[in-house]
Amino acid sequence: MTAYIVRRLLATIPVMVVVALFVFLLLHLTPGDPAAVIAGDDASPADIEAIRRKLGLDLAIWQQFVIYVGNLLRGDLGTSIFSNLPVLTLVKQRLEPSLVLAVSTLVLAIALAIPMGVLAAWKARSWIDRVVMGFSVLGFAVPVFLIGYLLIYVFAIELRWLPVQGYRPLAQGIEQTARSILLPAIALSMVYMALIARMTRASMLEVLSEDYIRTAHSKGVATIVVLLRHALKNAAVPIVTVIGIGLTLLISGVVITETVFNIPGLGRLTVDAILKRDYPIIQGLIILFAGAKVLVNLMIDISYVFFDPRIRY
Amino acid sequence: MAAVITAAVPAASSSLDWIRRNPTIVIGSTILGLFVAIALIAPWIAGDPLSFDPLNRLKRPSKEFWFGTDQFGRDVFSRVVYGTRISLIVGVSVAVIATVTGLLVGVLCGYYRRLDDIVMRVMDGLMAIPAILLAIALITLMKASLLIVVIAISIPEIPRVVRLVRSVVLSVRGLPYIEAAVASGARSRIIMTRHILPSTVAPLVVQSTYVCASAILIEAGLSFLGAGTPPEIPSWGNVISLGRAFFQISPWIIFFPGLMLAIAVLAINLVGDGLRDSLDPRIARRM
Amino acid sequence: MASEPEVAVTANAVLSVRDLRTHFLTRDGAVRAVDGVSFDVKRGETLCIVGESGCGKSVSALSIMRLIPENVGRSMAGSVRLEGTELTTLSERQMRAIRGNRISMIFQEPMTSLNPVLTVGAQIAESLRIHQRLPQRAAWERAVEMLAMVRIADPARRAADYPHQLSGGMRQRVMIAIALACNPQVLIADEPTTALDVTIQAQILNLMLELKQRLSTAIVLITHDLGVVAETAQRAIVMYAGRKVEEAPVAELFRNPLHPYTRGLINSIPRRTAAGRRTNIRGRLQEISGIVPSLREEIVGCAFAPRCSFAVERCSRERPALDPHAPEHLAACWEVARVAAAVR
Repeated sequence: MTAYIVRRLLATIPVMVVVALFVFLLLHLTPGDPAAVIAGDDASPADIEAIRRKLGLDLAIWQQFVIYVGNLLRGDLGTSIFSNLPVLTLVKQRLEPSLVLAVSTLVLAIALAIPMGVLAAWKARSWIDRVVMGFSVLGFAVPVFLIGYLLIYVFAIELRWLPVQGYRPLAQGIEQTARSILLPAIALSMVYMALIARMTRASMLEVLSEDYIRTAHSKGVATIVVLLRHALKNAAVPIVTVIGIGLTLLISGVVITETVFNIPGLGRLTVDAILKRDYPIIQGLIILFAGAKVLVNLMIDISYVFFDPRIRY
Repeated sequence: MAAVITAAVPAASSSLDWIRRNPTIVIGSTILGLFVAIALIAPWIAGDPLSFDPLNRLKRPSKEFWFGTDQFGRDVFSRVVYGTRISLIVGVSVAVIATVTGLLVGVLCGYYRRLDDIVMRVMDGLMAIPAILLAIALITLMKASLLIVVIAISIPEIPRVVRLVRSVVLSVRGLPYIEAAVASGARSRIIMTRHILPSTVAPLVVQSTYVCASAILIEAGLSFLGAGTPPEIPSWGNVISLGRAFFQISPWIIFFPGLMLAIAVLAINLVGDGLRDSLDPRIARRM
Repeated sequence: MASEPEVAVTANAVLSVRDLRTHFLTRDGAVRAVDGVSFDVKRGETLCIVGESGCGKSVSALSIMRLIPENVGRSMAGSVRLEGTELTTLSERQMRAIRGNRISMIFQEPMTSLNPVLTVGAQIAESLRIHQRLPQRAAWERAVEMLAMVRIADPARRAADYPHQLSGGMRQRVMIAIALACNPQVLIADEPTTALDVTIQAQILNLMLELKQRLSTAIVLITHDLGVVAETAQRAIVMYAGRKVEEAPVAELFRNPLHPYTRGLINSIPRRTAAGRRTNIRGRLQEISGIVPSLREEIVGCAFAPRCSFAVERCSRERPALDPHAPEHLAACWEVARVAAAVR
């Protein structure tokens, strides 16, 4: 088991090297002078020169890459051109809202989508199944910003139940945080729920046709126990896998959702960096998000052991 | 009781029967056809999407302005109608670029094992980067244009296509008839074009519909963030992006293009789901 | 419907099935998988149901257990009484209390019939917890005892194993332990040894018979293998195309088969001769020519008629009644006299 984890951790190195190389080359493969691109259209030659020196763009390209990777390994994700703060510091400032949003979305989506999928599979071809599948098809199609604005319009502007926008940090009390994060989490969880519900249904349908389900019924096991104890655990591996795949959707969604709800998280940091062409921040965030994704995928692979005793590493 | 004997169906009713068995494809492609029609006849049904009209700023939907007007007095209906063109162009171009590139790379990878190692590492790396961030990074560095947006959205989609093609190629390569072709001394190029390529068609067609839908969503997302299609082009995402500031007083600026976007993506996904179910039951289970 | 004389209801019948019909409604019409089957199972006896695959044996068993889901378009009729309790009209909840408790079932595929993510101990204990309301600990201890009873070595350790850690034979032993955990009056075994190695088959059959003696459970053994019938059962029922065509005590059935289909089955049993060649009694392995009829259409007359060398014109027109021809020996054939007189 430990050997497997070490092996898998080592296997993530080439992936991260490719990511680092890609992020590094982004700046250099662009047509024209990267310093000029970063400085923007109305920068003076002096500004451009300053940026060039600051980013070490005057060195040979291989030297720059060595320095870049060296910095990454020391935990230095670069320095913002405008605020002059280390990217890591900026990330730490903005981490809480994004983390709260992502975790609430995850919990909400899993808590609702898995029962939906189980129900749909159990009552396959019934009206419940049709409703769940219809919801799933819609969830894939309706963009997160449309859901977000609809929710704001109904629950914040018309009904005035919840705040329109903004984020209350945990330090101000968890209830305030929950109120501020509820609508964004619902908006963001829609596509995720669609994905998980669909996979849960498919996986459960397959499992429910297995012989051991018939055995369970022949023992007189109650239906709910058959579904949850006998079937769901067997159906878990594909569901967990799709939860991991969906993380990509979640990260992209976080960026948009934070813009819709005006939440000062990593997504806003990304968007502000784009508008100001603060390139080191964008680079740092890409590395960070990619690393997070690779780690979560690793954790998901390892978690298979808990769901299926036949899997041994 | 699994065996179902399919009775011989008279030719006349077979197309009706097909419609009955594939309602999602029919509904999806009908809606899609409507969108294509709207895009084609845009100049005849909609006014100028760009001209400012300071007297008619932020007007509610009415007989004159079906979808209302934005903060510059521009007709949201006209902008949404012209936005259909942008979304369809982006969706179809990305689907074509990503599928063709992915197919080439995937077939080569599945066939030449040495190339495979390197390319797949690169693909793993690309896939680790969230699509929207990757596209943002590419677009911010280039001078924003529709072409750059299309390319930037295509790149993150390519690895998914490559993986799909590669898995098909690898599974086909192991089949006895390919082994036989290799053993009988057929040339690689012939094996690939005659034997391997045809089996990638069905899964690719399905995948490309999903790529198309996701590209339309990503373009809208990027434009919404202000990092996509240049703001002077009336894409749905741009219309929505401009509506953000006035959302509380004029929500129609956001709702109408958002609705069109959702319906378009829904239609494409319906076609994709229908094709998946009818073309290949094996991938139906995998997806 | 052709009239079918009531099988004399024996006073000590623990399970009695009357005119059981299970049809599946498909797009192309109803499939008559079980089409009016009646039989009794006496306390503690072994009754075999024999027939080719697709003759309705398994569907009969699943119908008795009410294990066929309703959403597959099935329709059921007839009566199933377990010690006087009519099962067909029970609510699902009442039926659950009986399944695995007073009547239980084991299946053909030991490799897939056990849940791969639960330990075998937990799967045995589950029955005990449901029906005998044993607390977790006691149920587990009883599960270990059951494993010992089905002769699994080192039962305390094996109880914590998952199915994939056990061989096929051991898994079928576990299935038997699950089925017998609550000491049922009837055990239905659907081809319990078909998927196993030949050497293991005899062990499993002997184990079942031995436990039957010990627990006085009646066994309904479904098989396509007449060899198994000869070795295990007191009585046998032969099924063809969803109907019962013959019923007799086993010795009588082999000595004096009255239905041409039963004859065909017996003639196709391979026997080992002194020379070691596999042949039947007459030295040649025979098979029944033709194919099983489609159950999709209503069968007029005798279902076996198209394959039958004794068939006369009447056979394809009128359904033969299931009449007694010897003590406890029923057969549904118009030409019984000719069949009995013919040399085998």
